[in-house]
Formats: sequence, C-alpha cells, structure tokens
Amino acid sequence: MAATDVDVFSNEEKRNLNLGGHVGFDSLPDQLVSKSVTQGFCFNILCVGETGIGKSTLMNTLFNTMFENEEASHYQNGVYLRPRTYDLQESNVQLKLTIVDSVGFGDQINKEDSYKPIVDYIDTEFENYLQEELKIKRSLFNYHDTRIHICLYFIAPTGHSLKSLDLVTMKKLDSKVNIIPIIAKADTISKSELHKFKIKIMSELVSNGVQIYQFPTDDEAVSEINASMNAHLPFAVVGSVEEVKVGNKTVRARQYPWGIVQVENESHCDFVKLREMLIRVNMEDLREQTHTRHYELYRRCKLEEMGFMDTDPDSQPFSLQETYEAKRKEFLGDLQHKEEEMRQMFVNKVKETEAELKEKERELHDKFEQLKRMHQEEKRKVEEKRRDLEEEMNAFNRKKVAVETLSLSQPLKKDKDRKN
Amino acid sequence: TNTQEKQYVGFATLPNQVHRKSVKKGFDFTLMVAGESGMGKSTLVNSLFLTDLYKDRKLLNAEERINQTVEIIKHTVDIEEKGVKLKLTIVDTPGFGDAVNNNECWKPITDYIDQQFEQYFRDESGLNRKNIQDNRVHCCLYFIPPFGHGCMKALHEKVNIIPLIAKADCLTPNEIKKLKDRIREEIDKFGIKVYQFPECDSDEDEEFKQLDKELKECTPFAVIGSNTVVEARGQRVRGRLYPWGIVEVENQSHCDFVKLRNMLIRSHMHDLKDVTCDVHYENYRAQCIQEMTSKLTQDNRMESPIPILSTPDVETEKLIKMKDEELKRMQEMLNKMQQQMHDKDQ
Repeated sequence: MAATDVDVFSNEEKRNLNLGGHVGFDSLPDQLVSKSVTQGFCFNILCVGETGIGKSTLMNTLFNTMFENEEASHYQNGVYLRPRTYDLQESNVQLKLTIVDSVGFGDQINKEDSYKPIVDYIDTEFENYLQEELKIKRSLFNYHDTRIHICLYFIAPTGHSLKSLDLVTMKKLDSKVNIIPIIAKADTISKSELHKFKIKIMSELVSNGVQIYQFPTDDEAVSEINASMNAHLPFAVVGSVEEVKVGNKTVRARQYPWGIVQVENESHCDFVKLREMLIRVNMEDLREQTHTRHYELYRRCKLEEMGFMDTDPDSQPFSLQETYEAKRKEFLGDLQHKEEEMRQMFVNKVKETEAELKEKERELHDKFEQLKRMHQEEKRKVEEKRRDLEEEMNAFNRKKVAVETLSLSQPLKKDKDRKN
Repeated sequence: TNTQEKQYVGFATLPNQVHRKSVKKGFDFTLMVAGESGMGKSTLVNSLFLTDLYKDRKLLNAEERINQTVEIIKHTVDIEEKGVKLKLTIVDTPGFGDAVNNNECWKPITDYIDQQFEQYFRDESGLNRKNIQDNRVHCCLYFIPPFGHGCMKALHEKVNIIPLIAKADCLTPNEIKKLKDRIREEIDKFGIKVYQFPECDSDEDEEFKQLDKELKECTPFAVIGSNTVVEARGQRVRGRLYPWGIVEVENQSHCDFVKLRNMLIRSHMHDLKDVTCDVHYENYRAQCIQEMTSKLTQDNRMESPIPILSTPDVETEKLIKMKDEELKRMQEMLNKMQQQMHDKDQ
C-alpha cells in the first residue's frame, strides 16, 4: 500500500482571511458537544486512604447518592482495589462513574508494599487501553475508558504533618495519575491548626518533589477561579449524608453537642470548593490530562521497553515498507542464529545419547562374551566329568562282565563235587 | 427547587467544559475539490467560505493542458467566527480530467489521500505524540459536469465523497431532476458509497425529520457559485448576472447551495471528520497492518517495526504445535531406550 510521492505544492504561509459574512462554522463546538452528549461520558475516581477515614462517605456526599457499601474490615492482609461502576444522569448528561476504593490501605504493620497494588491497578488500566489501541480492528470511539482520571488522597487529620506512608505513596503515584490531596474528617481540626497543617503539608510535598494536580490557569474563562483554588490545597473536607435542620432549612451536616458542622458551608470546610473544582469546572481537564500526559508517558515507557524507537524526525518521507525491510533483515539474522544454536544443541544431545548407547552396548557385549566363556568353561568341565564318568562306567561294566563269566563256569564244578 | 438544588451534583456542566476546551483548542478541516477545470470549483469554495482563497491564480490555456498531469495544491487559511477558530485546508486538484487521456487521473488523488493516512499512521505509532498534525482529507467535493457522468469509484472507500452537479444554472429544474435521478441510479448500480447523513434520532420532532428527509432526497446537490455581488430584489447578494435574469446563489429555488452549505459547514462538518477518523482511516490502518502481518507469518514469527498487537496466525500455531510434538516423540524414544538399557542391566 505504499503511496508514491505526489508533487505537493502547499501555500505555506497560512493567511488569516476576513470573511464576508456569516459562514456558519461557529457551530463546530456545538456539533462536537452534541456528539459527546449522545455518546455519554465516563469518569473514574480512585480513593486512597486508611480504612475508616471517610472515603465512601465523601463519595456519597459528592454525588448525592448512597452507593451501596458496607463498612470495611480492618483486618485485611494486604491492600486490594475494589472498583464499582454506576450509571448516573443529570439533565441530559449521562455519566458512567467508576469509584475505586483502596481496601486495607494502612492497616498492616509492614506497609512497605502498600503502594504496589495501587500502582499495579493504574498500570493495568493503562495497559488495557494500550491493548485496544494496538488492535488491528479497534473501536476507540466507543471504548469504555477505565483509566483513573483522578486520585483523591485522604490525609489523616493529625494536625502535624504527612505520614511517611502518605509521602511514599504519593511519590509513587504522582507520575501516573492526577492527585488531589484532601484532609479528611476536617471537623476535628480548628481553624488555626488547619492553616498551619495545610502549609506544612504543602511544603512537605514541594520539598519531596511530589507533583500534585494543578487546576489549569491557561484558559481565561477559568484561570482566575482555578488559581485561587490552587492556593487552598489541600482541601479540608467533611462528608455526611445525614440531614439536619438548621434554621428553616435542612442541610447535610454532622450534629455534635457543641454545634452542627454543615458540609456545604464554606466557612466550615472546603467541600464546596472540592466539588466545584473536581466536578463542575475541571472534570474534562482531568480526563484530558490523564489521556495526553499520564497515559502517553506510560505508553512511551512500555513501548521503549518492548524495543521500539522513534524514527529520526529529519529523515525524508519514507514508506513503512523500508523500515519494515530493514528490521526484517536484522531479525531474520537473529532468528537464523537462534535456529542454528538450537540445531547444534540438538545434534550434540543426540551425539551424547548415541555415545551412551554405544557404551552400554559394548558393556553388554562384554558381559555376553564373559558369560559365554564361563558357559563354555562349565561345559568343558561337565564334558570332562561326563567322560570320566563314562570311563568309570565302562570299567565297571567290564569288571561286571568279567565277574559274570567267571561265576558262570565256577558253579558247575561245585555241583559235580556234590554229586560224587 | 430546593430539593433540586440540593440534589444537583454538577456534572451536567460537562458539555460546557467540553465546549470551552474545544473553542480554546480550535478546529481544523481539510476539504478536497475534484473536477475538470472550469466547473466552478474555486468559485464555489469562495462562495461557501465567503472569502477569496485564490488570489494570484494562474489559469492554463488549452494547449498547456493537453498533457497536463494532475497536481495537488494545498491552500491553508485561518478563519475565525464568533471566537471559533478554524484552520481550513483546501486541497485542489488542477488538471484532473483535463488531459486528453484521463485514464490515470485518479491516481495522484488516491495517492495523496493514502499518503496522509500513512503519515498519520506513522505519527500515531511513534513514541512522542505530542503534536500530531491531522492532514487527512475529511471530505471531497466531486463536481459532476452537467452533461457528463462521473467516476467516483476510485475514491469511495477512502474519503467522504459529496457529489455535486456543477454549474447548475445551465439546467432547467426538470433537467436537474432527471440528472439527479440518473446519478442516483448510477450510484446505486455501481455500489458507490457517497457520504451519508447520519440518521436523525427517532425522538426528534416531526419538522426536523421532514427537513432531514427533504435534504436526503435532494442529493446530489445542484450548485452555483459566484465571486461577484449583484443587486437583486433590493438586496446585495452573491449572484450571476445574465441578460435574462439574475441567478442568486443563496436562493433555494435557484439552486441547492444553501443546503450544501448548511450540511457541509453548519451541521455535519464535525461528523465528516469523525467518519474519516473512525471509518476510512481505520480501514486503511487495518489493511496496512494485515499486509504487514501476512508478510511476518511468512518469515516465521518476527517483530514488527511499529507497535501492533499481532495475534499469532493459525499457520504459525500449527507449525509450533508440530515441532513441539516432534520434540516430544524424540524425547520419548530416548527415554524408552534408556529404560531398556536399565532393564537389561538388571
């Protein structure tokens, strides 16, 4: 299918032209949107945090849905990931939401390998996408994308600093997934403590080179709000699905003897900020970053591992045929070499076994000869004995005959004597 | 509304987010025009995009065109409308059908289309895919001469073809109808796949469905273009001035220009891109890979120069099985002989 080069003259200087009227391509974004809405969207959230830190409750609160789950046990042997997919709809938008929970995280005594199942899960989803992309007959436009778009990392509200497990885990994840760190159960920290805590966490992340997700500021429409939100990280959140009456409204809140912590009250916690950033403003950007940055990095590393190299960008347009031919020669040579080796090995093995067999044959032959000789020896001895015996028998027979004849003549004389 | 407010999560804004990002990124579109010289292709393109893309163009005379080969000329322009940026590339094919012997005139065009596919395939398979340019041809306007017939078969599985009846102002409405019927018949008879409008959803309202039906029955569109503005019925419009009247480009009773523009630009431009990506390009890619893998199996298991997932061929599987069985048999024989030796020793 190699296409031969056609003379292409291109008017290189792209001109900006003025239009003499309304052409109508300003509807292009709407055309694109209408198609996306018909296809539906999908979004995958990974929640990493200790058991009981409030991951499920936060998800329920964020999406205003009771995703069915029981409380997790604290006695897991290791960390494992549990994905669950839900179909949600809001006005005309359909969302396939997958929430992946890290069960057992932080529960073991030795947490050295705790990050591994998480990294493996993320890599597996990348691998699935890559496999689909490399297929011969592929359908990427209606592929259910299961790659993790966002990792919410739940930090325990100690008020001091990050735990070592947190640092290690986030460092392992930051090149693979968008991370938003959040302080869980923020209703146990006072305002002043919270301020210090946030600063300490951010400085620890920066000094250890952990790359967390930055809300994008390149689009003027959202740069301002994103920039201001970046300064509030990590978000201190409180989750609740219980409703409490406050004044003349019922709101989601947690009721304590000393007061009511309202989830959606921005002076109580950053829940509203998280929801705004995660869902209402940057959901699409999170999906895009996952695809264009994290997935591309994974793909490039994987392909390099497999031995592919990029072609020289300065090379003249060449057909796939030529690269193919070159590689083919190289690998044919390798293959032949390997074949030779194997053949040689086989021949050697056969020779060895042949030699063994010959050896055994010779031994057997020797034994046979020996036995034969022994047998002959025995035979000879037996022959000798037989001859001796025969001799004896003959001698005996002769003696017998002699005695018999003698005895025959003797008895007559005796009778004559008696008669007289 | 209080309960609605409470229950509002907010992912209904996703379409807006997508909209915003797409406007920021901008769009691109490559349109090819094919047809004999003098069919009015450039005029039509200018009329469609309300601009003049062909400044400083040199037209060849008849003598120069006798042995004319088909050239491929690209014009790229950046146009903007209400904040939406479009990088428009028009691929011209001057010389097409102009020579005396036109047997091979399709080849440069199909070669060009394949070249763009191949380039994209190579880019897509590379390690660094940061700035891939999409130069694939999204749509080909094929101009059928009013007194002739076309031959679109060479292109139909490589690109979205929209056949047009050119210079429709020299045909009466009856003649146009007859020509359209004939062309539709030929398309059916020869199994030529021209671009199909996507079926509209069953839940659209009746008016929309009716419009959609009318649009489909109107193909191939009979069009007229014009670079000049004339005064007609008190307005200044694009048109052609004849002694017997004024032909208005945007008058739906004069020609199908408006239908073409609405379909090509205002409602189906993105779909043309999607069909190119999801159907024509994928077909090219699959074919390319299959050719490569068939060569690979002939050479007995080799690695491919570009990353593809090759499922081991049936032939190769058989070969591997055979060799494995042979090895097994030999191993068994050796074992037997050794056993016999051992027995004899005892």
